[in-house]
Amino acid sequence: MTTRLSRTELAARIAADIPEGSVVNLGIGAPTLVADYLAAGAEIILHTENGMLGMGPAPEPGRVDPDLVNAGKQAVTAVAGASFFHHADSFGMMRGGHLDVCVLGAFQVAENGDLANWSTGGEGAIPAVGGAMDLAIGARRVYVMTDLLTREGASKLVAACSYPLTGVGCVSRVYTDHAIFEVTGEGFAVREVFGDTTVDELRALTGLDLADATQKE
Amino acid sequence: MIDKRVASVTDAVAGIADGATVMIGGFGRAGQPVELIDALIEQGASDLVIVSNNAGNGDVGLAALIDRGRVRKIICSFPRQSDSWVFDRFFREGRIELELVPQGNLAERIRAAGAGIGAFYTPTGVGTLLAEGKEIREIDGRRYALEYPIFADVALISARRADRWGNLVYRGTARNFGPIMATAASTTVAQVDELVELGELDPETVVTPGIFVDRVVAVGERPWLRDGVFVGGVDLEGRPLS
Repeated sequence: MTTRLSRTELAARIAADIPEGSVVNLGIGAPTLVADYLAAGAEIILHTENGMLGMGPAPEPGRVDPDLVNAGKQAVTAVAGASFFHHADSFGMMRGGHLDVCVLGAFQVAENGDLANWSTGGEGAIPAVGGAMDLAIGARRVYVMTDLLTREGASKLVAACSYPLTGVGCVSRVYTDHAIFEVTGEGFAVREVFGDTTVDELRALTGLDLADATQKE
Repeated sequence: MIDKRVASVTDAVAGIADGATVMIGGFGRAGQPVELIDALIEQGASDLVIVSNNAGNGDVGLAALIDRGRVRKIICSFPRQSDSWVFDRFFREGRIELELVPQGNLAERIRAAGAGIGAFYTPTGVGTLLAEGKEIREIDGRRYALEYPIFADVALISARRADRWGNLVYRGTARNFGPIMATAASTTVAQVDELVELGELDPETVVTPGIFVDRVVAVGERPWLRDGVFVGGVDLEGRPLS
């Protein structure tokens, strides 16, 4: 039996890999949790697609400002040093390669770094893409935060995505509840396993030919 | 004398024709020009093509316009939200057409329209369903899709303050699409909290120069400010906390 990280433990693990000075965009949903675990006092600038650098935490009750929201339309604050800008500039920051890191959720990530995270292509589903495609191809490093397996037990790491793509060959690294995987250009390499998980177990769970890049003690 | 002030939101939306393409600013509820949309509902134009990031929230503003059956098509990036039940129903019933555009392409297509750019190549969406059928060009080893500008007959936006020349300043993330939509429409209408005298806006802080604005109308200070100072006491929809 493998040992899994909780959502918050995984968020903390991702935060530990984000160095001071980084400009970071955290996707809506679980990636938003990463903000809670960034090193205290470290100057890491959070970008939100709707036009702010220097996004701060949620406000105190009674201090909600409807003019200060994040990409998920939740109330946020502006830290000292924050700036506001319009949408074309905000997405120019992404597309122009100015963001150091983004953290996104995923339905599937393929061995070649393809990402599928905006649509399951289901009949009758209402499609919505938002800024996912811009972030996926724009940020210098694209980290995916996800469970390794779907509720049905299928691997989200795949040989090729069956869901509609968000971006081609864009993912740098995948942080899952079981292990961290690097996209290498020759498939996935296991960079770090959590608890007593083994690379062979991960190979069995994913059905993929995973390289072992774990640091041996 | 140049005077773009109009007396009421009714005057502000006068002349919008059936079948018009109307850009509506806002990201979710932030910066959504709700009073202008209400006036447009009252005004009666129908068969509209709406360009907006989202497809309405709750039962007000853009959602109310859709609910009246006045929108033929919407061009947006993120229609599906927790409170987009009006759009969801119209879409499922086949009563509204959707052109889904990645958010950065939406912004850049609007910007291009206002800046006189005929078309542009963007890497966003390449290799996905949303670039299907578009011209692809490889430039310096990277693949780009050709995207065309989006023009509008009218842009309805929201800002914090204006003067009678149409210079605008915004507030926080309510700025979002306002500055680019203002450039891309034949007629740009801005609702603002307050109109100020010429010279009261510091030219260094003007975000949208008046050249891009045709009509400005004051709708009163947003409830979470008092004399320009944030006082809070509201929920995310701007309603007073009980």
